[in-house]
Amino acid sequence: MFQVQRSPVVHDVVVVGSGAGGGTTVKVLTDLGINVTLLEAGPNLDPMKDFKEHIWPWEVNHRGSGANAESYFGKQQWGYWNAPNGYWDVPGEPYSIAPGNEFKWFRSRILGGRTNHYGRISLRFSDYDFKPQAFDGLGFDWPVTYDEMSPWYDKAEEFIGVTGTHEGIRSAPDGKFLPPVPPRVHEMLVQRAGKKLNIPVIPSRMAMLTRGINGRAACHYCGQCGRGCHTASAFTSSQAMIFPALKTGKLTIVTGAMARELIVNDEGLVSAVSYIDKATRTEKQIRCRAVVVAASACESARLLLNSKSTKFPNGVANGSGVVGRYLTDTVGYSLGGSVPALENMPRHNCDGIGGMHVYVPWWELDKKNKDFPRGYHIEIGGGLGMPQLGSFRGAAAGAGYGAAIKTAARQQYGTNVNFAGRGEMIPNENSYCEIDNTKVDQWGIPVLKFHWKWQQYEIKMVQHMHDTFTNMIEAMGGRVMQRPFDAAASISKGGEIIHEAGTVRMGDDPKKSALNKWSQAHEVKNLLVADAAPFNGNPDKNVTLTIVANAWRAAEHLADEMKKGNV
Amino acid sequence: MSDSSITNNPVTPDVSRRDLFRIVGTGLLSAEFLTAQDAKDAHAAMAMPATGPKSLKGGPTFVPKHLNQHHFKTLQHLGDLIMPADATSPAASEAGAAEFIDFLCSRNDDLAAIFDGGLEWLDEYTKHKYGTDFLTSKPAEQTAVLDLAYGTRGGSPEVAGGSQFFTWARNMVVDAYYTSPVGVKDIGYMGNTAMSTFHVPQEAVDYVLKRSPFGA
Repeated sequence: MFQVQRSPVVHDVVVVGSGAGGGTTVKVLTDLGINVTLLEAGPNLDPMKDFKEHIWPWEVNHRGSGANAESYFGKQQWGYWNAPNGYWDVPGEPYSIAPGNEFKWFRSRILGGRTNHYGRISLRFSDYDFKPQAFDGLGFDWPVTYDEMSPWYDKAEEFIGVTGTHEGIRSAPDGKFLPPVPPRVHEMLVQRAGKKLNIPVIPSRMAMLTRGINGRAACHYCGQCGRGCHTASAFTSSQAMIFPALKTGKLTIVTGAMARELIVNDEGLVSAVSYIDKATRTEKQIRCRAVVVAASACESARLLLNSKSTKFPNGVANGSGVVGRYLTDTVGYSLGGSVPALENMPRHNCDGIGGMHVYVPWWELDKKNKDFPRGYHIEIGGGLGMPQLGSFRGAAAGAGYGAAIKTAARQQYGTNVNFAGRGEMIPNENSYCEIDNTKVDQWGIPVLKFHWKWQQYEIKMVQHMHDTFTNMIEAMGGRVMQRPFDAAASISKGGEIIHEAGTVRMGDDPKKSALNKWSQAHEVKNLLVADAAPFNGNPDKNVTLTIVANAWRAAEHLADEMKKGNV
Repeated sequence: MSDSSITNNPVTPDVSRRDLFRIVGTGLLSAEFLTAQDAKDAHAAMAMPATGPKSLKGGPTFVPKHLNQHHFKTLQHLGDLIMPADATSPAASEAGAAEFIDFLCSRNDDLAAIFDGGLEWLDEYTKHKYGTDFLTSKPAEQTAVLDLAYGTRGGSPEVAGGSQFFTWARNMVVDAYYTSPVGVKDIGYMGNTAMSTFHVPQEAVDYVLKRSPFGA
């Protein structure tokens, strides 16, 4: 082994990972005057160069297929236009899957992580989401209540900026909202279909600024949030949290730093973070007073499990053995319909914010005799979007050749309405990750092995999604586009919705949980986890807003502990 | 993460708008985001109507990157038969369809094999049937080939050898068309600009609701 470079300086706090959790930790701690060193496994981000906002397809000679026609051969991992984010398959960084199981692990390797491209759907978990066992006997209660979390949701919303309206729906708690965006035409049809079917369709709750706040300009409604936003009107941790934190002089960023291990001292505290400097392929160690791990749920679990010592033979902070267990993702299923009422609609600019302007919160919370627990929300897609490669192949195939192609394309443009269900998975014993002792990645770090199983709960929920979407499409006078349907085959693969959670869970009992209610390790008080790994469940509300709220809470707790001299 | 594939080919982007956006960007010391005032200027620049080039067709001096001249001309002509001009908009050649396909053939061997082989097959087929290559065959003969290739019930067994090529050709011609200025104009996409508030014209709402089961 090469000589390890150890830093002589003891840093205050080292944060591993720069996404929603790491970014929030950086912002909160530097605001409180604490010196932070941020390790990011990917490169730095330069929004002005890296974001492809407002570029027309013809301004790029491959028009978006990828420079070597990747999209035509199914080799494009992610759309060309998207902000730099990450991949399912990272060269040199494999993972294992248990025989007969399916799982896809998305890794983001860029400053800002997944927040550079995410959908920005920002939903509070509800009271029963924090106490699911008390609610229906399934899953695990959090050591935190909604009322305890609520002030942190306030802070998160007021800082990142979230659209919405006050609706008083239990499954979708109201927050500190910016004004909503008016619905598009197809969304008005969905609202009317919902009214007919007694399904609420309400303004969406999205992290885009309908009013300028915190130095960030208001949205200019180009709908390209996923490409990255030069004005940061769509929230990213990179632009809204990390770059401003640099101005405090309290933040040092180390990019290309792949965390390998947390080094524990004789007192059982983390004394240093070992990482591989990718540029030189050397191991470096950075000494610290405390560490906050926010590398994404599975990567954080991997780091803890790979940090073995005589004191912690099963991995640091893993005396309970729960690290890696209870891995969850969101239940996903989508169905599209073709709606004749929208044919040849008078043209107008309907870009709006990137994504839906209205959505459906879970509406059958009080319904008895359902054949699955909990529920899902529905995301709406459609509209007169920017034409892309592939947009009109279907219309053309139906038209044959000649002038008929243009006629068909004009008629069909904007007639597709899509419904995407995003539902809750109940944590189970058969879905988890562990270290594969037979394999390492290109940095010499042992890789993860995934185990995955949906239960009947989730599969029955997908049946309900399909029936509901079919009813919605038919209520609009539309035609469902995909048949036949089989719920067990149509459910998303584990990991595919990119909402992994639960692998370093929190709890009051150190025998059954790794972290306390502040996301601080029971066994190692100067170690905190600040992504979705601490979550005790994965409700049908996308994880990011709760990551921000919970990380904010954890960071203030850490600052407090440091002030008191406990850490 | 710089992207070397950003074009420097015959395309002339909307210079004023994009340049202004960049100029606003240079005021930044490091990667960050635009301040409110800078953003306002940028939005004003963005809100100027987008005017892409009228045509993406290569000029008389255009040299294909991969296809030979004959194949290129054949592909260009085939593209114009798949998507001809009509009263509203010009044919596929004005969308640079052949140039787009040729470029990607120069970057991807699998694609190159599909088009090299397919265009060769097309000539062989018309030579065998009509005594000339596709490009010099009569319009009625070309139409007869396309009727077999893109018939309403799928391709005819008679042209099965070219079926993969015909599918790829139509997909990529259509793709090229709607990702070009003429295609975007034809379909009526009006976005990729900046607006200070989002609103939907009542005319569009009325049109759709009247046609929907919900009524106006």
